[in-house]
Amino acid sequence: MAKFRGAIVVDTEHCKGCNLCVVACPTHTLALHHDVNGKGYHYSYMQNPEACIGCASCGLVCPDSVITVYKAEIK
Amino acid sequence: MELNDIIKEENLVLKKSRLLTDNVMHYCPGCTHGVVHKLIAEVIEELGIQEETIGVSPVGCSVFAYNYIDIDWAEAAHGRAPALATAISRLHPEKYVFTYQGDGDLASIGCAEIMHACNRGENIVVVFINNAIYGMTGGQMAPTTLLGQVTSTTPYGRDAKLNGFPMKITELLAQLDGTCYVTRQSADTPAAVRKTKNALKKAFQNTRLKKGLSFVEVVGTCNSGWKMSPVDANKWMRDNMFKKYPLGDIKDV
Ligand SMILES: Cc1ncc(C[n+]2csc(CCOP(=O)(O)OP(=O)(O)O)c2C)c(N)n1
Ligand code: SF4
Ligand code: SF4
Ligand code: SF4
Ligand SMILES: [Mg+2]
Repeated sequence: MAKFRGAIVVDTEHCKGCNLCVVACPTHTLALHHDVNGKGYHYSYMQNPEACIGCASCGLVCPDSVITVYKAEIK
Repeated sequence: MELNDIIKEENLVLKKSRLLTDNVMHYCPGCTHGVVHKLIAEVIEELGIQEETIGVSPVGCSVFAYNYIDIDWAEAAHGRAPALATAISRLHPEKYVFTYQGDGDLASIGCAEIMHACNRGENIVVVFINNAIYGMTGGQMAPTTLLGQVTSTTPYGRDAKLNGFPMKITELLAQLDGTCYVTRQSADTPAAVRKTKNALKKAFQNTRLKKGLSFVEVVGTCNSGWKMSPVDANKWMRDNMFKKYPLGDIKDV
């Protein structure tokens, strides 16, 4: 069976730290960062990047469309 | 496998729609309006109708919707979006015309306009964001506010004796023969987001088929007005709003 690894890129300056992506992620990849962006929001980031499967759940629920999702087959 | 091997153009599965502008949405963190704007942009992009689509934005938090989706727009007086959409659609019958309205805008001040647009069966799409409150003006009671729900004008909770009952306007509109498709969705989970997108796509396709008025309610949150975190607001919505406003298709002819 093919296995996949995923990765996301967050536009951290435009993330509003709403936490919706964090709770939508089935693999607990995401967390809000201890640091804040220029607007003072704790932005989302991959705390456990190895766990990401590229399912795009985070990007689907993000109200500000700041998540880009990638998915690659493990060769 | 390094992150650099994954983050490559050929591995892309989801990115911001080309139709969403670079303007930062003024909405509060976690607001449902942002999710639904994104879905409308994606649907218009996928149907290839950017040049043929005209939106009518409301009065309410989404008054500036025209800043975020790169299509033609008109801005209506409070509640009058269906009347303006009627005019636009009748003058440009080949265009895809939709209104985007909150529950205060649509069910309160604009109740007459939406009723008659639905009854006339105007060939438009109506996107109705029900967050059970007047978000923009500071969280006052709306016709859709639940019994017992605390708002700035019902500080002890909505009381049926004093304030009347929550209005299921979507069910009322489904009774009118001019509506061809009436559905109620949400945007709180990945699965719900996918379903809402499909509903919006079907609604715009109905316009192409000249079937009449398609009405897509999205039960959403106003976490600021409800005075909850975005995550708690979604939970409150599922526990309370979905009981009064159950999800699913109400009419499809
Ligand atoms: C004629 C008129 N009456 C009242 C108002 C004040 N007003 C602005 S937005 C709004 C209600 C908005 O609520 P809703 O449509 O639910 O939108 P939301 O902000 O919740 O998305 C009201 C009463 C107004 N702008 N114009
Ligand atoms: S793509 Fe899926 S697994 Fe990866 S961070 Fe997003 S929700 Fe989590
Ligand atoms: S859902 Fe979007 S805006 Fe909210 S925390 Fe995640 S990346 Fe940021
Ligand atoms: S006040 Fe409510 S509806 Fe308005 S942007 Fe904030 S969360 Fe959204
Ligand atoms: Mg509202």
